Amino acid sequence: MKLPISWLKDFIDLDGLTVEDIARKLTLAGLEVDEILYAGLEMPTYKDGEKHEFKTNGIAWDKEKIVVAEIREVKAHPNADKLTLLDLFDGQQEQVVLTGAPNIFHLKGAGKLAKPIKVAYAKEGSTLYDGHAEGLQLMTLKRAKIRGVDSYSMACSEKELGITEEHEGIIILDDDAPVGMPLADYMGDAVLDISILPNMARNANVIGVARELAALTGHELKKPTIKFKTSGESVEDLVEIEIENSELNPRFVVGLIRDVEIKPSPYTIQRRLKLAGQRPINSIVDATNYAMIELGEPLHAFDYDVLKERAQKACAESKSKGAVEAKIKISTRAAKDGEKLTTLDGIERTLTSMHVLVWGEKGSLSLAGVMGGSESEVTDRTKNVLLEGAAWNFINIRRTAKQHNLPSEASFRFSRGVHPAMADQGVKRGLQYMAEWAGGVIAPGLVDEYPLKPKDPTVIVTPQDVKRLLGIELNVEEISALLTRLEFKCRITKHGLRVTAPPHRMDIAEGVIGLADVLEEVARSYGYDNIPTTTMSDALPPQAGNPVHEWEEHLRDLLVALGLQEVVTYRMTSPEREGRLAAGQRPETNESQHYVRVANPIAPERSVLRKSLLTSVLEIVEKNARVESIAMFEIGSIFEPNNNDSSTGSHRPDVLSGERGLLNEPRKLAIVMTGARIASAWDVKDSPAFDFFDMKGRIELLLSGLRLADISYTEADPSTNPKATHLHPGKAAEVKVNGQIVGLFGELYPLVKEKFEFGESAIIVAEFDLDLLRTLPPTHGIKSMPETPPIYEDIAVIVDDSVQASAVESLIRQTGAGTVTDVRLFDVYRGDQVGAGKKSLAYSLTYQSDKTMTDADAAAIRNRIVKRLEQAVGAKLRS
Amino acid sequence: MLDKLNEIKKAALESLSFINDQAALEVWRVANVGRSSPLMQVFAEFGKLSKEQRPVIGAAANRVKVALESALEVKAQAVKNAALAKSLEEEKLDVTLPGRIVNIGRLHPSTQQLRHVLFILAEMGFQVYTSREVETDEYNFQLLNFPPHHPARDMQDSFYIEADPSTGSGRSEDNSILMRTHTSPGQIHAMREASATNPQNPPPIRIALPGMCFRYEQITARSEIQFNQVEGLAVGEGITFADLKGTLTDFVRRMFGAGARLRFRASYFPFTEPSAEVDVECFVCGGVGCQVCKNSGWLEILGCGMVHPTVLQNGGYDPRRYTGFAFGMGPERQLMLKNKINDIRYFWGNDVRFLEQF
Repeated sequence: MKLPISWLKDFIDLDGLTVEDIARKLTLAGLEVDEILYAGLEMPTYKDGEKHEFKTNGIAWDKEKIVVAEIREVKAHPNADKLTLLDLFDGQQEQVVLTGAPNIFHLKGAGKLAKPIKVAYAKEGSTLYDGHAEGLQLMTLKRAKIRGVDSYSMACSEKELGITEEHEGIIILDDDAPVGMPLADYMGDAVLDISILPNMARNANVIGVARELAALTGHELKKPTIKFKTSGESVEDLVEIEIENSELNPRFVVGLIRDVEIKPSPYTIQRRLKLAGQRPINSIVDATNYAMIELGEPLHAFDYDVLKERAQKACAESKSKGAVEAKIKISTRAAKDGEKLTTLDGIERTLTSMHVLVWGEKGSLSLAGVMGGSESEVTDRTKNVLLEGAAWNFINIRRTAKQHNLPSEASFRFSRGVHPAMADQGVKRGLQYMAEWAGGVIAPGLVDEYPLKPKDPTVIVTPQDVKRLLGIELNVEEISALLTRLEFKCRITKHGLRVTAPPHRMDIAEGVIGLADVLEEVARSYGYDNIPTTTMSDALPPQAGNPVHEWEEHLRDLLVALGLQEVVTYRMTSPEREGRLAAGQRPETNESQHYVRVANPIAPERSVLRKSLLTSVLEIVEKNARVESIAMFEIGSIFEPNNNDSSTGSHRPDVLSGERGLLNEPRKLAIVMTGARIASAWDVKDSPAFDFFDMKGRIELLLSGLRLADISYTEADPSTNPKATHLHPGKAAEVKVNGQIVGLFGELYPLVKEKFEFGESAIIVAEFDLDLLRTLPPTHGIKSMPETPPIYEDIAVIVDDSVQASAVESLIRQTGAGTVTDVRLFDVYRGDQVGAGKKSLAYSLTYQSDKTMTDADAAAIRNRIVKRLEQAVGAKLRS
Repeated sequence: MLDKLNEIKKAALESLSFINDQAALEVWRVANVGRSSPLMQVFAEFGKLSKEQRPVIGAAANRVKVALESALEVKAQAVKNAALAKSLEEEKLDVTLPGRIVNIGRLHPSTQQLRHVLFILAEMGFQVYTSREVETDEYNFQLLNFPPHHPARDMQDSFYIEADPSTGSGRSEDNSILMRTHTSPGQIHAMREASATNPQNPPPIRIALPGMCFRYEQITARSEIQFNQVEGLAVGEGITFADLKGTLTDFVRRMFGAGARLRFRASYFPFTEPSAEVDVECFVCGGVGCQVCKNSGWLEILGCGMVHPTVLQNGGYDPRRYTGFAFGMGPERQLMLKNKINDIRYFWGNDVRFLEQF
């Protein structure tokens, strides 16, 4: 909300406070000032290194150089048709000023003006915005010759003074502007741009902010006095109101003003409206907007004669000829489904029962609280105005404004709740301004239908409550003083302070919630700054770790130690994106049906929740395809529909797990490696690319880091393991712990790889099921270091090519159990020396036992091993 | 004989002076102090000398021997030094060539920051509590005092899960399923878990709730559809707003430095009352005003407040007896402020050039 300081000062004395002081107080109390726009008032100057407090914009008007002046005559320019020369008096001397302003042009050559025109006059050397430049460019007024005439000063437009962007014509001030007065003193202003929190809608108006300031400064709130003369027939005799549903429409008030003159409002009013972000229209519409911004009650003006004509027609049709003066009947009701209304903006809108309509005899008048209908709106020909102030159910207004995308000043306020008590005050204030600015005579009385009067909530507050929640010691009198400033009614009773909320607040409840509501007001009024800082003195809760979180953090550390970069990716993706992983395999399955779909996706490529963490990481690798060497991992959830009534996932079991409709959120680990094993450098050329065994080595280290034992690797056959279809059939393995498959890794299937924009290197991927991996029991205990010396020995055996290395190794380990403490394959050879279809596997063995072993001891074991290998896999010792 | 010894000494020393490598030095040693050298010949022929001559010549020969040997030693050292100097000269590196890089792993910056925050909170007694990313409207909003159609819901536009009759997942009539918009549903889970253990006297709570949250936003440099959040929750008997101020002041000083200045500004969250925003004096410009703090001198870093009585009640804690506070912050936002990162999309973009800088 944009709030000019000058307007605020109508209701509170702010002497002694700078604009920044005001902004600071409001900000700390919850009315955050986002920006201060200076339009004339002196701006704070910051020396180097001095602290700013607010984002500021705009300009100050030099008091010496920019003053109120009056135009006494408008003369023709000798050399230019479109320019005029103004004879102008600035309070000290006569000046001649050149202008091309169109709004003064019609007076050219009219001689001495009977009534001088008041303008904003800037003398030579003034700093202003350049009216002719794009955007806001500062300039200093300099002497120049324009078409042979000296020009050194100007009558200013709003743009030049930083009031609006308007540069068509000069400002014409109100007639009572005092000539010679510094313009800054006459109408210098600063505008606070305030964010209104959802629970502070009551402050989205000038008086609301003034009331807060009164509470914060202790200055008195000068409440407006609404007084006007009335005459003629009372509105109560002319209009009747019927409210169908008081829940939707708790109150509806109308007043009448006759014989208004539709004309521009005074400049002072227009300027304030502009600074507040409103476009001045005419004296009637401006009065409704001005009163709304001031009090917070949105108003709606109808052309009384349109309604009256309709009423008469209706009356004639109903053949009750006796009634010459038919009463206007206005009713409010929920719209019927499919009912139509053309709003002020000329758009025909289809309504539902959620909308509330204001309804006249011959058709709908407005979409309640949001926008008027076009038929009954105020026009230039309007003579008599019926002014509405009402209260609406904020939920209906909110949904209506949202559905029809009609954010307006009125719907902004109504959709956050405006207290019904404001309705009559708003109407009276609006009528008062109409009479002031548009002439006219206000009809006596108001038609006030008020079927649902809210009760002002009452709460008992004690000093113990204040101490218990806020941690400050206040006595009843002090609490009372703080709340009274915000217009709460307070009465000291033996139970404590009896506090009643003022009739502009809809955010205070009763009971234990009302107590918190009121204590918040005590805290704000007392000032958050003044509340001390203490440390908690209550008992520490029972200590319990979060094993899942701790385990995953440990896993992250292990992966990072293995040289892998962690990535974090989007949970939302599309079936097409993940579908790439299924490329080149079997015919399309119905997989995509089982996706969890987002009902309101931000974009088609974010339409479902991911089912594959690996795709997420592959996409990141794809984006980084130009990087020479990539090794990445992600730990995160995937999302699956939950067919059962119980859901699973890594989160702690809780009351939610029986909730239908929730998802399974299994935790996964995905790893992708590709590119050079060692980054190229000035002395490293043509490093081999990462392959299957780079990944396997890391997996081995990872599992040993998790202290898992009984690990085995088996070929992953896509025909039996449907989860392996994205892998190269000859370069894919299952990782088993205790015989359970915990993960899968291998090289990406070439046809899958083609679907991505990868580099040439093979893409090596791995995926693990963390919910399973996490629950496997780790081995405990650390082996002691033997004191006896080890014996190292190499043996090489020749086996058929089909024999798996793991089989040979496990035979060696079995046979040598107890003495062979380490088996390391150091060479695999195929070639002439071993014959076709054969391979040689060379192992380094470490023999060690409690007793010192001799070479003969080792040889005996070796012979047993060789014999066993011979029997089991037909191995021959290679000599 | 003495002349001969002088001759030997002179010739030997002269030839030694031309020597400057190890091999020649060895040849010289053999030739001049070796077994068949002229000097040794003198010792060998000792027997032929007269009894009177023997001591004189013996002493003289010994002197020559000592002289030659010490000259050899000196020379040997000189040759060694020269050789060393030469090889050092030859081995000289261009030390400005780049060092050899190893591929190291790193944690994602968000993880690093999450850990930093959780580490500090852990020391203050807040234990990690995690919960699901897809929630019910009830847990994400209603139980946290966001009634349906409440204006506060405008601040948290949500992604909803489509109903899937075949699996029963997604939206149901009165309780839609959505991507959590904050980690606060975990507050209810944690309170209900704790209060279920002892409904009459529920135990105190002090937890940190980290995790990914989702909001319906356009993806731009300033806004993202997902982001991490860490919330803190303390519930007990006798926890006050002053405790909230004290706890967060301690936290902020651990996080941003012992001298960090902060202020508490009234604000609004449906699940706390009173509510506040915590601003810290801009650590980029020291409060003088800069791009990062938009010339205000302050950075908004935390939202907080006293747990709303409705929320306590929904968690199984009697608001007449228990009070509590909650606070929340965004690790990505903290990183952006600290490192002057001007585009939030960098985080899930995972460009290696970005990740490598952390």
